[in-house]
Amino acid sequence: MATERSLSLEARSILGARISRRGVLVGAGGLSAAGLLAACGGSGASKNDAKTLRWANWPLYLDFDSKTKKYPTLEKFKKQTGIDAQYFEDYNDNDEFFGKVQAQLKLGQDIGYDVVTPTDWMAARWIRLGYTQKFDLANIPNHGNILDSLKSPSYDPKRESSLTWQGIMSGFGWNTAKNPKGVRTLDDLFAPQNKGKIVVLTEMRDTIGIILMSQGVDITKVTEDQFMNAVDFMAKKIADGWIRGVKGNDYAQDLTSGDATAVIGWSGDMFILASENAGKFDFAIPESGGTISGDNLMIPSTASPAGKANGEKLINYYYDPTVAAEVAAYVNYVCPVKGAQAEMEKIAPELATSEYIFPTEKTAARLHVFRSLTPDEETKWAQAFQKAQGN
Amino acid sequence: MSFTLPKVRVPYLLLFPGFAFLFTFFILPIANLAQTSTQTPIPGGDTGQYQQTFAFSNYLNAFLDNREQFARSFIYATLATVFALAIAYPLAYAIAFKSGKFKNIFLVLVVAPFFTSFLLRTIAWKQILGEEGFVVPTLRNLHVMGQSTTITSTAVAVVAGMTYNFLPFMTLPLYASLERIDPRTIEASGDLYANGITTFRRVTVPLSLPGVVAGTLLTFIPAAGDYVNASILGSPNTKMIGNVIESRYFKIVDYPTAAALSFTLMAAILILVTLYIRKAGTEELV
Repeated sequence: MATERSLSLEARSILGARISRRGVLVGAGGLSAAGLLAACGGSGASKNDAKTLRWANWPLYLDFDSKTKKYPTLEKFKKQTGIDAQYFEDYNDNDEFFGKVQAQLKLGQDIGYDVVTPTDWMAARWIRLGYTQKFDLANIPNHGNILDSLKSPSYDPKRESSLTWQGIMSGFGWNTAKNPKGVRTLDDLFAPQNKGKIVVLTEMRDTIGIILMSQGVDITKVTEDQFMNAVDFMAKKIADGWIRGVKGNDYAQDLTSGDATAVIGWSGDMFILASENAGKFDFAIPESGGTISGDNLMIPSTASPAGKANGEKLINYYYDPTVAAEVAAYVNYVCPVKGAQAEMEKIAPELATSEYIFPTEKTAARLHVFRSLTPDEETKWAQAFQKAQGN
Repeated sequence: MSFTLPKVRVPYLLLFPGFAFLFTFFILPIANLAQTSTQTPIPGGDTGQYQQTFAFSNYLNAFLDNREQFARSFIYATLATVFALAIAYPLAYAIAFKSGKFKNIFLVLVVAPFFTSFLLRTIAWKQILGEEGFVVPTLRNLHVMGQSTTITSTAVAVVAGMTYNFLPFMTLPLYASLERIDPRTIEASGDLYANGITTFRRVTVPLSLPGVVAGTLLTFIPAAGDYVNASILGSPNTKMIGNVIESRYFKIVDYPTAAALSFTLMAAILILVTLYIRKAGTEELV
C-alpha cells in the first residue's frame, strides 16, 4: 500500500464482491462491548477427550457462512479428521483473557481450550512463563509455509510453539470528506479539521509505535526515554483537546457516527469500513512507517496429549495455502501463509492483489514490529501509557 | 414424641444460607483483596507476579497518584444523584398519587430499561448524543450549541448517562415511601389551613425522607464506582476511579494498586454514607 496510492481505490473495486464480515462489523463497537458481557458468561466446553478440540479466537476472525451459521473451513476440517473442533470467540482483549485463565495455568488445571490465539507481545509472555507446549513438528508439515518475515520473532525464534494466525497492520484511517487529501503523516492527523475528533488505539505498541516512527525512532530498538517522550506527546494532544478518545475496535463506530474524523486504526477494520461506506473512509500506512503485529496459534501447557495432537492437526490444516486463502478472503487481515496468494487467484482474483491481505515488499518494508519488552518495562511503560489516557 | 427444633437454634439455621453466601462471595474475596493490596513485585519476576511485603505505602501512592480521578468520581456521582432525585421525585409523586389505574403500567415502564443490558443502553446513549444522532444537529440548528461543540466525550455525557442508568434505583424507593403516606395526613394538613406548598414541605417531604435517603444511597454508591459510563461516553479527561482500577488490573497487571484503590474507594464511600445518614437522621431506616 504505497502512500501515493492509498487503499480505498482497490477497496472500492472490491466493493460489492465482498459481503461476508462487513455487515456484522457495522455495529463493531456494540459487539465488542457486548462481548465484554458475553466474556463474563465464560464458555469453553468441559470435555477434553481424544476426539475433541477447543479453540479460543477473536470475534469475526474465521470464515463464516451466515446462511448455514457455520464456519466452512472448520466444517471441512471436522469432516476430514473426525475431530469435533469447537470454536469459541472468547477473545476480547489480551489482558482480559490472560487474567481469566492465568490462575488455572499456574495450577496446571485445564483452562478449557486446546488452542489459544494471543497477540505477539502476549504470546511472548505465555512462552516466557512456560504456559505453552512445543509443537511436534511431525504433525505440522505445513510449518514451513509461514512467511519469511514472520519466521523468527524474538519471542519464538524457531517458531517452536507459535504460528501466526493473521497479521495486523496499523496505520491512519480517515473520513475522506473531512480529509480530502488523506492522512499520511502525523501532521496530517493533527490537522485543524480533525481537532477533537481524533481517536487512537488502546494498543500501546500500535499507537505509540506510530508516533515514535514519525519522530524518527526505530521501534525495534526504542529506549525508555524515547518511549516516554512519545507518551508525553500523546498526553499533550489529549490535554489540548486534539485526541477525543483512546479506544479498541469501537473507533470504527466513532468513525461511522461522525464523532471521529481521523484515527490510528487497524487495516482489517478499515478495509471493511471502506468497502461498506463507498469511499467515505480510507486507510494508509504512514509515510514514516506503520506497525505490524500478529495473533498466534499456540497450545497451552494445560492441553492434554490428545488435545495437543488435535491442535497441531488444526494448525497444520490452516497452514495449507488453499485453506489460508479461504480464510483471508473473509477476514481481510494480512495472510501469513506462503502460497496463499496464488490460491487466492483462483477463488477471488481481485483480492489476490489486495495490499490489505498480501502487502507487497515495498509496503512490507515500511511495516515494523515493536521490540519485545522486559517484564519491568512492560509494567512501567503500560503504566505511563495508561496515565496519559487519564487512567 | 414429636421432633421439634430447640427454639434457640432456629434463627441460626435461617441465617446460615445467607452467612454462607456472604462468607464465600464477600468475606473471602475481600480478605484476598486486602492481602493483595500490600504486595510488591517479585524482583526479577514476570509481569503480574507479586509477593507479600506488607507495603502499606501502596495505599498512599495509589491515592496520591489518582486524587484527580477520586475527586471526579465523587463530583460526578453527586451530580448524577442530585439530577436523578430532581427527575425521580416528581415522577414517583405522580405515580403514587396521580396515576390512578395506570399505576402499575407506569411502574413497569420505570423498570422496563432493566430488560436490556446496562452496556447496550449506554452505547445507545452514545448514538443518541453522537454527531449524527438526533440531539446534536437539532441543538446546532437551534443555535443552542456551537458548530464545533460536542456532547459525547464530555463530562455532560458521562453525568447524563449515569443519571439515566441509575434513575430507576432512585424512583422505586421514592415511590415506595410516597405510596405509603396516609392520605389522611395530607387531608389533616389542609384542615389545618395549610396550603399545598406548605403541606408538601411540612408533611409529604418529611414522610418521604426514608425513600429519599434510600434512593440517594442506591444511586450514589454504584455511581461513585461506575466505570462504564465514563469509558463509553467520556474521554481521557473524564476518567473516574473505576476506570483506573480496571486499567490497573487488566492493562498494567498491577493487582496491588488496583486492590488498594478498591479499598480506598470503599472506605471513602463508607465514610461519606455514614456522615450522610447521621445528618439525614433516619437511622430507623438504614
